[in-house]
Amino acid sequence: MAIQHASNAAAQSEAPSAARRRLPPEINILGVMIGMMLLFEVLGWIFVGQSFIANPLRLKIMILQEAVIGIIAIGVTQTIIMGGIDLSSGSLVGMTAMVAASFAQTAGFSHAIYPGLTGLNPFFPVAAGLICGLFAGLINGSLIAYTKIPPFIATLGMMVSARGVADWYTDGEPIGNLEDSFAVIGSGWWPVVIFLVVAAIFHIALRYTRYGKFTYAIGANPLAARVSGINVERHIVLVYMLAAGLSGLAGIVQTARAISGQAGVGVGFELDAIAAAVIGGTSLAGGVGRMTGTVIGTVILGVLTSGFTFLNVGAHYQEIMKGAVIIAAVITDQYRQRKRRKA
Amino acid sequence: MGTIGPSTAQVVRQSGAVPGAEFLLEVENVRKAFPGVLALDNVSFRLKRGHVHALMGENGAGKSTLMKIVAGIYEPDSGSFRLKGQEIHLTSPLDALQYGIAMIHQELNLMNFMTVAENIWIRREPLNGFGLVRHKEMRRRTSELFDRLDISIDPEAEVRDLSVANRQMVEIAKAVSYDSDVLIMDEPTSALTEREVTHLFQIIRTLKAEGKGIIYITHKMNELFEIADEVSVFRDGKFVGEHPAADVTRDEIIKMMVGREITQMFPKLTAPIGEVALSVRNLTLEGRFRDISFDLRKGEILGLAGLVGSGRSNVAETLFGVTPATSGTIAIEGKEIAIRNPGVAMDAGMAFLTEDRKESGCFLLLSVVDNMQIALLRHSHVRAGFVAEKAVEALCREQTASLRVRTPDLDEPVLNLSGGNQQKVLVARWLMTHPRILILDEPTRGIDVGAKAEIHRLISELAVKGVAVLMISSEMPEVLGMSDRVLVMHEGRMTGIVDRKDATQVKIMELASQ
Repeated sequence: MAIQHASNAAAQSEAPSAARRRLPPEINILGVMIGMMLLFEVLGWIFVGQSFIANPLRLKIMILQEAVIGIIAIGVTQTIIMGGIDLSSGSLVGMTAMVAASFAQTAGFSHAIYPGLTGLNPFFPVAAGLICGLFAGLINGSLIAYTKIPPFIATLGMMVSARGVADWYTDGEPIGNLEDSFAVIGSGWWPVVIFLVVAAIFHIALRYTRYGKFTYAIGANPLAARVSGINVERHIVLVYMLAAGLSGLAGIVQTARAISGQAGVGVGFELDAIAAAVIGGTSLAGGVGRMTGTVIGTVILGVLTSGFTFLNVGAHYQEIMKGAVIIAAVITDQYRQRKRRKA
Repeated sequence: MGTIGPSTAQVVRQSGAVPGAEFLLEVENVRKAFPGVLALDNVSFRLKRGHVHALMGENGAGKSTLMKIVAGIYEPDSGSFRLKGQEIHLTSPLDALQYGIAMIHQELNLMNFMTVAENIWIRREPLNGFGLVRHKEMRRRTSELFDRLDISIDPEAEVRDLSVANRQMVEIAKAVSYDSDVLIMDEPTSALTEREVTHLFQIIRTLKAEGKGIIYITHKMNELFEIADEVSVFRDGKFVGEHPAADVTRDEIIKMMVGREITQMFPKLTAPIGEVALSVRNLTLEGRFRDISFDLRKGEILGLAGLVGSGRSNVAETLFGVTPATSGTIAIEGKEIAIRNPGVAMDAGMAFLTEDRKESGCFLLLSVVDNMQIALLRHSHVRAGFVAEKAVEALCREQTASLRVRTPDLDEPVLNLSGGNQQKVLVARWLMTHPRILILDEPTRGIDVGAKAEIHRLISELAVKGVAVLMISSEMPEVLGMSDRVLVMHEGRMTGIVDRKDATQVKIMELASQ
């Protein structure tokens, strides 16, 4: 209440800050990202005697390993903006990886999962993976919209069950011998291209379409959204379907990249995706967030991993640092928001 | 009560009346600036023991800021602050409480899932030897407190089960429980019915008799004359004047508040009454209201009066499909339709300004444009999913200008707008959809006199253009001033429809409380 009143007074003469606000809020995290890269650059010269940035191979690996997380994060960001969360994305990657792989095996492979369905056009495994994801999203969304259970619980249930499906599918056996035409999707720069194209599509959708306006509105105040004539339930189902569909896409890309379907893939991805969204400025309270922020957040996670690896910091230390960075991002963001409202 | 406060606090409190301290509280030349705005400009204010001192002024005039300084929420940039003649310096609301200054906030700050008693004694629970809470003792103290104030609420009830009015009573009891000498009430009646207001005034009189000083922020003129001893008026962060309430007139106060004369508060225009726009028969929502029947004509303003809890807002929500009816029929322009959700109602040409701005109206974090356009987008200004941003923005600009919404720009989050301006944004949201039937639930609650008159004028002009208006209001002058007819409800039933020429406050109150 104190904050609100202060801003009431401030609202009447906020001309100076209006200009400042025109800068996109991503500028800050973009600065953090560049700062981090420069820091690793300096530390690189001090401790390992080489450049961090001027190494195309390292940058490529860094970007590639984050592309899959990025694709998930695009969906997760939207559920968070809508005031929800999606914990099932990592498990859905595992589940769709298995399903997609099972339709992508090479012609005539004797131990194929579906011996009659080998050597298919890559369209089929891709479609199978996406449909599988969308279906899981339909369940997520319907549970949340119509039974009114909290999104955290609904998607937690899906997280456990989907991982179960992934393990059950082949009893944990990896699915190998995949078609080259399918594997192309995960080769070279393709994962990054897919990530960026999808990010661009949803950036536009959130900013310029009715879909986006409704998503923000529901996140900011679901009751007001309903009274404004928005079919809130239907929109919730739609957003969760898109999010899970994107997890499916991530599963496909991941499988194509590894040229093998593995049930254990994607463990913990959901948390990285949430972290990317939050680092990028998406508010867990809903109503606030941008796709550009999530893309930068994803890259920051990549920079961290690859920077620490470059400096030969052990994996355990990396995890510790990553956790700290996520917390720091949220604290800075809250501080900034408070300042903005008071100013 | 065993305060553990700073020692000076105890000295001041125990000192009772310091010789020569005629005033309980004296604030002098207080200045408070927020970045970009001077909220208080050398303001002074004095409160006498046993008096009710009303603060009036438009939203943003500085009265809430001043009260937050008195309650220790803000620290002033400069100025002096004396309590019972002694100079003090508050650093936090807790500090203020320990000095005996308690504030009852406009937005209620109770914990929903805790009992009434737990809420009142929070942080001061009576403990036994093991450090565990003595619930019986707590209940006893609560009952004692309630008896003193003549409040009848079960101390064991959970706060979430209480009506807004009862929550307000609990807040007041809590403030009193601190044995405060100074009580600040920020629009305490905005959610209360007439009867509850009467009860509140009784409580205030009891407190007065006990020698407490009460600072009473209000927008309602009649309350001022009923309860206040003095009135101070603020405008644009400046102190305009202080008068004994008995010596000023309503018009003088309004003049001081707005700095201009308002000759007619409710400029109701005569609108040609057309054919029936909305026809309701035996509308029932099980457990809320039953057998509501009326016709609403084009150009007509139908007032919907009744005590809070009489089902007025439920009727509005059902008409708009927020909570669909269990039986009965609704016909719009002669065609019967089943309004299953707000979308159906909107498709039929209805618009609904809800009662609670923050809860079901505003998207506080979103911009002015986003708030205004959201209803519009259902029917127009969207091509292949894409919003026609330029056209929408032009429309918003038009509305902002014609409703005189005060905002730095259209990208401003509505969180940063004052209550009156938020309300105008919501009005704009619905005007942009060109409704033929407009349902308004407390359209002017908690907004200042200037904005109020503007909204009244607007409603009246819409009626002239042939819009059928259903207006719920707890404020009698508003109902009487604006309505062509008044439908009165009592405990979920219609008790009568009164014509404008027969409508008097007494008549309506009789029907509302029979």
